[in-house]
Amino acid sequence: MIEVKNVNKSFEDNQVLKNVSAIFETGKTNMIIGQSGSGKTVLMKSIIGLHKIDQGRIEYDGRNLPDMKMHEIRILRREVGMLFQGSALFDSMSVLENVIYPLEMFSELGKEEMTERAMFCLKHVSLEEKAFHLAPSEISGGMQKRVAIARAIALQPKYLFCDEPNSGLDPKTSLIIDQLIHEITHEFDITTIINTHDMNSVMEIGENIIFIEDGEKTWQGNNKDIFHVDNKALNNFVFASELFKQVKKLNK
Amino acid sequence: MSILKETGGYVLLMKRVLVQPDRWRMFFRQFPKELEKLGLQSLPIVIIISVFIGAIMTIQTTLNSSNPLLPTYTTGLVTRDTLLLEFSSTIMCLILAGKVGSNIASEIGTMRITEQIDALEIMGVNSANFLILPKITAFVVMMPFLVIFSMALGLIGGYCVGLLTDIITTANYLAGIQYAFVPYYVFYSLLKSLVFAFLISSVSAYYGYYANGGALDVGKASTNAVVNSSILILFFNLLITNLMLG
Repeated sequence: MIEVKNVNKSFEDNQVLKNVSAIFETGKTNMIIGQSGSGKTVLMKSIIGLHKIDQGRIEYDGRNLPDMKMHEIRILRREVGMLFQGSALFDSMSVLENVIYPLEMFSELGKEEMTERAMFCLKHVSLEEKAFHLAPSEISGGMQKRVAIARAIALQPKYLFCDEPNSGLDPKTSLIIDQLIHEITHEFDITTIINTHDMNSVMEIGENIIFIEDGEKTWQGNNKDIFHVDNKALNNFVFASELFKQVKKLNK
Repeated sequence: MSILKETGGYVLLMKRVLVQPDRWRMFFRQFPKELEKLGLQSLPIVIIISVFIGAIMTIQTTLNSSNPLLPTYTTGLVTRDTLLLEFSSTIMCLILAGKVGSNIASEIGTMRITEQIDALEIMGVNSANFLILPKITAFVVMMPFLVIFSMALGLIGGYCVGLLTDIITTANYLAGIQYAFVPYYVFYSLLKSLVFAFLISSVSAYYGYYANGGALDVGKASTNAVVNSSILILFFNLLITNLMLG
């Protein structure tokens, strides 16, 4: 479980996060949603420790991140997997080498065991074997996301962060990636936090949703509660498209 | 203020770079690749420039020292000492700052803007050490070989002038390059080149590592890397020359 308590973050005079508190539960797909510029990416980067917060606590199962020294943060990060918006695969390595990389850095496995584990992860995300030895630039965006997920789970992380996992993907592939993240979260009992503004994802796998508006958390609930909310900003955000307006009507 | 901030940033980065690697196995996997990329791939440009500059220096020195009072070995002597003292170390490093410096800055800068460095950090890897240390060590190791290679090829370029033209005889040229040879000049030149190699690789890595934005910013980082490492080479050249020859 990750608990965020009264987190404040400013960039010079601009206060981006205002007293944000939230609980991200283990074994659930937790989502941070909000409009562009609302502060959701800053919140996620603060939770990971890529931004240093001004005030507050970020507890990973009781371990407060802002109190940790650099080497302690490094140790904690070995329990963390992350799926980046642009996949962030290493260009100089093949698909298989990308997944083997964290194992080589942090596990004591032998070469064969590492390859076995990496292949298991790649098969788990349904990547075809013929793609294992290709360079990241030679595979599609959807496949790159799968490889990134495989790399993120290679070390069996306790915490998984996904930054806009569906960005640049077609609706069908987006759905597959959402399902994959959802399955992995439940199967390995991971605390997953997804930063998104894709409403399909929210409706599909949002088990614990946090809505950020101008740096403040103004709502928390799940994908069922979202239909019965009287938060105007949230309604404007979620039901902006005609499709979701119709879905809301049907739901009522 | 900006210079102070950049110097501070550079020192802090070097503090993260110049530590023991998380895994030596990974370092030694990367190291030969960098030797090949930064060192061996620089050979063609070193060969071409050294041979041509050696030849041009020989022609120009001969044509500008036609006074019969000057000894016949003057051309060889001047060519040799210019190559040893300045060209093969300083000028060659200024050229390599363009080739190697932009390569390092753009490679690391691209990794930064495509979040590959963030991915390393999230994994708990010391990204600065993992990416930069093999580059610095490989370039520092390769540089003395490149300098010695450049010296030899420059001298061969000058010899070719004697061989292919009637501007100077090969006998006079060979006598000149052997006359009053000071081995200390080679040591001085190699030592300088080690410092320059460190400056080129570390300064370029610094600009690449802190690149942010998009492709245009990677281009800017590359330009800054080349310009600033060139300025530092000139500054340290003056300092080392004053200390070692002054």
